[in-house]
Amino acid sequence: MAAILAVTEQRQGALRKVSLEAVAAARLIADALGATVDAIVLGAGPVEGVTGLGPSGADRVLHATHEGFGLYNPDGYAATIASIGGSYAAVVFAASATGRDLAPRVAAKLRTACATDVTALHVEGGKIVATRPVYAGKAIQKLVLGGAPAILSVRPNTFAPGKADKAGVAETVAVPAFTQRVTVTEIKAPATAALDVTEAPIVVSGGRGLKEPANFKLVEDLAAALGSAAVGASRAVVDAGWREHGAQVGQTGKTVAPSLYVAIGISGAIQHLAGMRTSKVIVAINKDKDAPIFKVADYGIVGDLFEVVPRLTDEIRKLKAE
Amino acid sequence: MKIAVCLKRVPDTTAKIVVGGDGKSIDETGVKFVPNPYDEYALEAALALKDKAGAGETVVYSLGADAAQETIRTALAMGIDRGVLLQSAGSADGFVVAEALAAELGTGGFDLILFGKMAVDDYNHQVGLMVGELLGLPTISAVSGLTVDGGRVQAEREVEGGVEVVTCALPAVITADKGLNTPRLPSLKGIMAAKKKPLESKPVTLGPGAVSVVGLSLPPERQAGRIVGEGPDAVTLLVQLLRNEAKVI
Repeated sequence: MAAILAVTEQRQGALRKVSLEAVAAARLIADALGATVDAIVLGAGPVEGVTGLGPSGADRVLHATHEGFGLYNPDGYAATIASIGGSYAAVVFAASATGRDLAPRVAAKLRTACATDVTALHVEGGKIVATRPVYAGKAIQKLVLGGAPAILSVRPNTFAPGKADKAGVAETVAVPAFTQRVTVTEIKAPATAALDVTEAPIVVSGGRGLKEPANFKLVEDLAAALGSAAVGASRAVVDAGWREHGAQVGQTGKTVAPSLYVAIGISGAIQHLAGMRTSKVIVAINKDKDAPIFKVADYGIVGDLFEVVPRLTDEIRKLKAE
Repeated sequence: MKIAVCLKRVPDTTAKIVVGGDGKSIDETGVKFVPNPYDEYALEAALALKDKAGAGETVVYSLGADAAQETIRTALAMGIDRGVLLQSAGSADGFVVAEALAAELGTGGFDLILFGKMAVDDYNHQVGLMVGELLGLPTISAVSGLTVDGGRVQAEREVEGGVEVVTCALPAVITADKGLNTPRLPSLKGIMAAKKKPLESKPVTLGPGAVSVVGLSLPPERQAGRIVGEGPDAVTLLVQLLRNEAKVI
C-alpha cells in the first residue's frame, strides 16, 4: 500500500508543534489516496511528545537516532530521509526554518522538485494538487506534484493537528553513512524567549504610528496581556532599525496566518497586507480613517493609538483575570 | 577569492498582480521588474568579501528571459565584474532550474556561490540549496550573519525563537536572508562602467520537471469589516466582539 512520510522536528529533545501539522497534512493526502502515514523523528535520544503523533494521524513512528542529531544536522537528516523517501508517494515537511532548509536538500537527493509553503492540499485523479501563495500572497498558485515522491512543505498554523487516532507504532530506521559538510554548533536564544510571528496564534504588530522605538512597549504590553502572542512589525520600522528583521510581516518579511492579528499604527501598504491577509481575524487601530488597513480589518478603531492601546491592554488584563 | 552570485529578475514588490490570459502566470503589462531583493543581499556580500580579500573575481549568473540582461547590468553597476545570462523561459520546477545552474557553476572553480534565500515571485525557496546538493558542496541557507576567514565559513540563521550558528569549509553555497547587510546602490560611475563589462548570453534547455502550474488566481477579497468606534471609548465594545462574536480571546 502507498504511504506518506511526515517529517517531524524536535528542539532540545521535545517535539515541536509544527510536527503535528505536518502529520495532519500527510494524513489528509493519505486518506484521499487510501495510504498510510509514517512520521519520522530524528534525534539524539528519546524525544518528548512523540506519543501525540499517533493521535494526530501517524500509523507508524520511525525513530532515526544518532549522536549527531541533537541539534539540526542538515546533511545527516537529509541523507536519512532520502534513504527511505524514494519508497513513499509523498514526503511532507513543515515550512519552518528547519523544514525550508531540509526539504530542498531531500528533494535534490531524490532528483525532484518541492512545493514550498503549501496552504491547501487535495488529490485529483491520483495526483496531489497543492495550493500555495506566491507574490507574497498577492496571488494563489495551484501546482500538480508529479514527482515520485511528491515533496512539499506546509505553512505553519495552516493544517490543524487532527484527531485521527492512529496507532503510531514505534519502529527504528537506520541512519545511513553520511558526509557531514555543515555543522550547527549552537542555537543562541534571544534575551527573551519570544514567540515567532509565523507560529504564534496571536500576532500584535506595530508600525510607524508608534512614532519612536521605545513606544513598542505598548505593543509588547498588549501582546503580554493577550498571552501566546508574538510581536510583529511593519517594514518601515524594521528598515528604520526599531525592530529585528525577524519580526517583519509582509513581502520581504514573513507571511503570517494567526487566529488574531492586531495592527497598531500600521497604514497597510500592499506589501504588509500581503503578509497578513490570511489571518483569521484582523483588528486595526489607526488614527487615519482612510488607511488601507481598515479595508481588510474585521474590526477597526479610529483613534489615537496612545489612548486606545493602553485601554485595550487594561481591559484584556481584566478579562483574563476574571 | 572567486565568487558567483545567482540573480533573478522579478516583479517589483509593490507591483499590482494581474492574472494573465493563460490563467497560470501574471500579466506582465506595465509591471516594473527589479533584481530579487534577497539576491541583492547576496550581491552585497560578494562585493564586501572581495573587497576584504583584496583580490578575486565576482560573477553574476541569471537564468531567465533576455530582459534579465538589464537585471544583470544592475548587478554590474553595483560592482560585480562580469555577467552570464542563461537564456531560458524558466520553470516552476525548482529542481530543473537548479540542475541547469549547477551544470554551469560546477565548472567555474568558485570558492563561494551565493543566492538569495528565495525569490519574491514564486517563493520556491529551494534552488540555492539544490545547487549545493547537486554540486556536493556544504550549503547553508537563509543566513543573516556571515563571516569568511581562513577557508572557513561561520553563518547565523534565524530559527523560531533563536539564532542557529552554522559552520562549514569553503568552497560552499550560501543563501542570503534580510539582515545580512545593506546592499549598496549603484553609483553613476558604476552605471557607466557596467555598460562596458562583459555579459555573455547562452541558451540553456531545462528538463520537463515534475511540478507543473495548473492555475493562478487572486486571493479572495477580504470582506471589509466594520469600524467599531472612535477613540478609547470603543475599546469595551471591541473586547466584547472579540470575545463573543469572533471568539478569539
